[in-house]
Amino acid sequence: MSDQVTTNNSLKPIGAEQENLDMHDAPNVMNPEHVAHHIVSPVVYLMIFGILMVGTALTAGMAYVPLGPFNAPVALAIACTKAVFVVLFFMHVKYSSKLVKLTVSAGVFTFLVLCMMSLLDYVSRAWGRW
Amino acid sequence: MSTIVSLPDQTTAALPKRTYINNEHGILSWLLTADHKRIAMLYLVSITFFFFIGGFFAGMVRLELLTPAGDLMAADTYNKMFTMHGIVMIFLFLVPSVPATLGNFLIPIMIGAKDLAFPKINLLSWYLYMAGGIFVLTTLVLGGVDTGWTFTTPLSTHYLNTHVVTTATAIFIAGFSSIFTGLNFIVTIHRMRAPGMTWFRLPLFVWSNYAASVLMVLGTPVLAIAIVLVALERTIGIGVFDPTKGGDPLLFQHLFWFYSHPAVYIMILPGFGVISEVISTFSRKRVFGYTAVAFSSVAIAVFGFFVWAHHMFIMGVSNYSALVFSLLTMLVAVPSAIKIFNWSFTMQKGSITFETPMLYAFGFIGLFTIGGLTGVFLGALGMDVMLTETYFVVAHFHFVMVGGMLMAFLAGIHFWWPKLTGRMYPESVSKLAAIITFVGFILTFFPQFVVGYLGMPRRYHAYPPEFQVLNVLSTAGATVLGVGYMLPLLYLAWSLKYGAIAGNNPWQATGLEWQIQSPPLTENFIETPIVDHEAYDYEWLERTKERELQHVG
Amino acid sequence: MSLASTITNPPEPEIHASHDVHEHPFYQKHHFETAEQQREAASFGMWLFLLTEIMFFGGLFFAYLLYRNWYYDAFVSASNSINMVMGLINTIVLIGSSFTMAMAVWSAEVRNKKLLQIFLLATVVLGFAFLGIKTGEYYDKFAEHHVPGASFDIHDFVHPQPGTNEKALSVDMANKTQIFFSLYFAMTGVHALHMIIGIGILIGLLWYSRSGIYTEGYVQPIENFGLYWHFVDIVWIFLFPLLYLINRH
Repeated sequence: MSDQVTTNNSLKPIGAEQENLDMHDAPNVMNPEHVAHHIVSPVVYLMIFGILMVGTALTAGMAYVPLGPFNAPVALAIACTKAVFVVLFFMHVKYSSKLVKLTVSAGVFTFLVLCMMSLLDYVSRAWGRW
Repeated sequence: MSTIVSLPDQTTAALPKRTYINNEHGILSWLLTADHKRIAMLYLVSITFFFFIGGFFAGMVRLELLTPAGDLMAADTYNKMFTMHGIVMIFLFLVPSVPATLGNFLIPIMIGAKDLAFPKINLLSWYLYMAGGIFVLTTLVLGGVDTGWTFTTPLSTHYLNTHVVTTATAIFIAGFSSIFTGLNFIVTIHRMRAPGMTWFRLPLFVWSNYAASVLMVLGTPVLAIAIVLVALERTIGIGVFDPTKGGDPLLFQHLFWFYSHPAVYIMILPGFGVISEVISTFSRKRVFGYTAVAFSSVAIAVFGFFVWAHHMFIMGVSNYSALVFSLLTMLVAVPSAIKIFNWSFTMQKGSITFETPMLYAFGFIGLFTIGGLTGVFLGALGMDVMLTETYFVVAHFHFVMVGGMLMAFLAGIHFWWPKLTGRMYPESVSKLAAIITFVGFILTFFPQFVVGYLGMPRRYHAYPPEFQVLNVLSTAGATVLGVGYMLPLLYLAWSLKYGAIAGNNPWQATGLEWQIQSPPLTENFIETPIVDHEAYDYEWLERTKERELQHVG
Repeated sequence: MSLASTITNPPEPEIHASHDVHEHPFYQKHHFETAEQQREAASFGMWLFLLTEIMFFGGLFFAYLLYRNWYYDAFVSASNSINMVMGLINTIVLIGSSFTMAMAVWSAEVRNKKLLQIFLLATVVLGFAFLGIKTGEYYDKFAEHHVPGASFDIHDFVHPQPGTNEKALSVDMANKTQIFFSLYFAMTGVHALHMIIGIGILIGLLWYSRSGIYTEGYVQPIENFGLYWHFVDIVWIFLFPLLYLINRH
């Protein structure tokens, strides 16, 4: 599980000796929920910042292009992409344990359950008006 | 009658010199403690206080219903009585009852940890609970609230002049207390287990608390935002649920029940955990189908988020979605039945003894089965339209919450009392209390099924005279039930000073909590335990005892 | 090995060179076996808290989804009445503050106290800038009588200013703009409240960072606060297109 961090060459941390801040301990390392602490380099942060800025410009620009019913999906798609970049890199989820990844997905999943199960009522309450 | 209780020789036995209770002295050492065991005791005292406050309102409701006419109190006073009963019992007693007291005390010990992962957040959650409780008491002093515990809009936002915002604040704060407890448990169970304590060696009490914690973390914030919107609508005229501005009052119902249906599983799941421990210990057998029982807790938690609209069948949701929610509701019966069957099979061919916790557990199984099955009646769309908003519903959820949860809570309190305090409760009077509670319970709530089926609506202070016999039975039963709940308060207090010294393991149980001194040390374990046996492995316990005897011999 | 089987039969511990070091760092609490266990517990706890935040905002987002579909015309007109440029600037400001916060985490990780303080301060400043712009927007809405409640005025939506290509709404539909503004104030208000709480904590972190505890290995408070701040940023990333850009063309 720990080599998944080191094999990622494109995003190598600035100094290999700083890759892990903590002293490893046996009972924790054998925990499948454990993953080594990874420092994301400022270069990556800067790249993500750039992507987010491009995304922001794109959202604002696309809103002025008439796409009919597709304006909302496009806006949401851009927003989701931006959010994924923030979650993966700024919030380090890419370098986190499966447990954290599962936690994030659980949140999204439960929110979707709230939406879908409520929409079940609203959509079928007035067929055709949606 | 045979018994498994083995107490140390009372002439020489003494409580351990150093325990979590006498480690530090003074009121501040309790109020500023970070010890999960002390916080559990703080919770135990405070929820008992609120239980009797809520019980008082229940008593007033039953007293009013003694006669068909509304002669004891006016209609709006009656509305306040049942509202305060619901709010106090649900948010200040049932939700924190088992997790915050027994769970707080036992989960770290059961998994072999020194404390919960975040001791200060644990203390914070008790203070939040108390703050919520004080807001509820403030509401009381100011004159109460009469929305019903469900805060139905637009009744709560437009038509009532009582203290809705104060109560909403109380529930918002108490909600965060419950979120922090749940969060603490999840992190603790994931990260703090002792070496060798794998997921499938965890006691089932830990599994069920884990499932309940997931519900607390995911469900409670939705209630919080719904209640914030109600408060904003009352105070500054934001109109999300306001039909005059185009809002949909049913949206509030969706958000409210998205929490409040899983909330009943928050209340009952930890009770399931207690029953698993008790049944196994007093049958001297490993819980039948351990994995199935563990996963059924998780399944109940997951299904809990897919069924909430069955509270709204008569409120104007679409018939199609009502059909879907009705079918999904039936799913919950499957994991609940798995539990009941597995407990029954655990007892089969076991060496059953009838100590007080086991009596409460028997009561739980019987009453919860009735409560659960009537839940299936109510989940069925056609039946629900007839029975909802009658006393049938009242009887159903009191069978689950009081007959189920409160029985489980009392079973747990008696079962772990020797570990909590180091002293035994008096056995014969407590058996009597268990039986009184059971009889009183049946007498109170069984007539309500009948009277509800005959069509008596809930939440009215007056009723037609033909229902009086059943209501008198119910009120009489409530008196018996009240005695049943006062008795433990008295004899448990008595036992604090005069109870027999319990020793480490009076029940010969296998959990890690029984292998340490009672009451435990502040740091629980002298050294981190290494777990090398499955949960409920009574042969392991026998071997350990033999080895100790040989060593001493 | 599948996940389930790793949980039931944990693999043998890996051997690490440093694993026989028994000194405890100054920030390790007594009930944790090791500092690493403590850090992972804290970060997992923070994620669970963010999970509750997702559901907290989730209720509002669902309300938005519902009413936007019900009253689309009212939502378009009301959305066009709020100042898109201010929203855009605020988006840039907030993403910028997220970037400085990420850099603050990095500074703590590489143990550079000076940089940590600079980036924390930058985050505070950008946070205040966001709130300042937000206040300006709120002020405009009050001046235009677009705040739901007794003083709400639908005039602007029934009789849009000549020269713009806004559609005139019927009185009935114009009344529904109150729902949009209710959601606008509820969502941005709750978001701003999170910002205010966040800035408060940031100032606290800045204060305690002077002693250098965060730059001697105790990265956790900075890291956890970073998670919170980025979450608040993500909420805004969704709020901006949903509230400001429904139908601008």
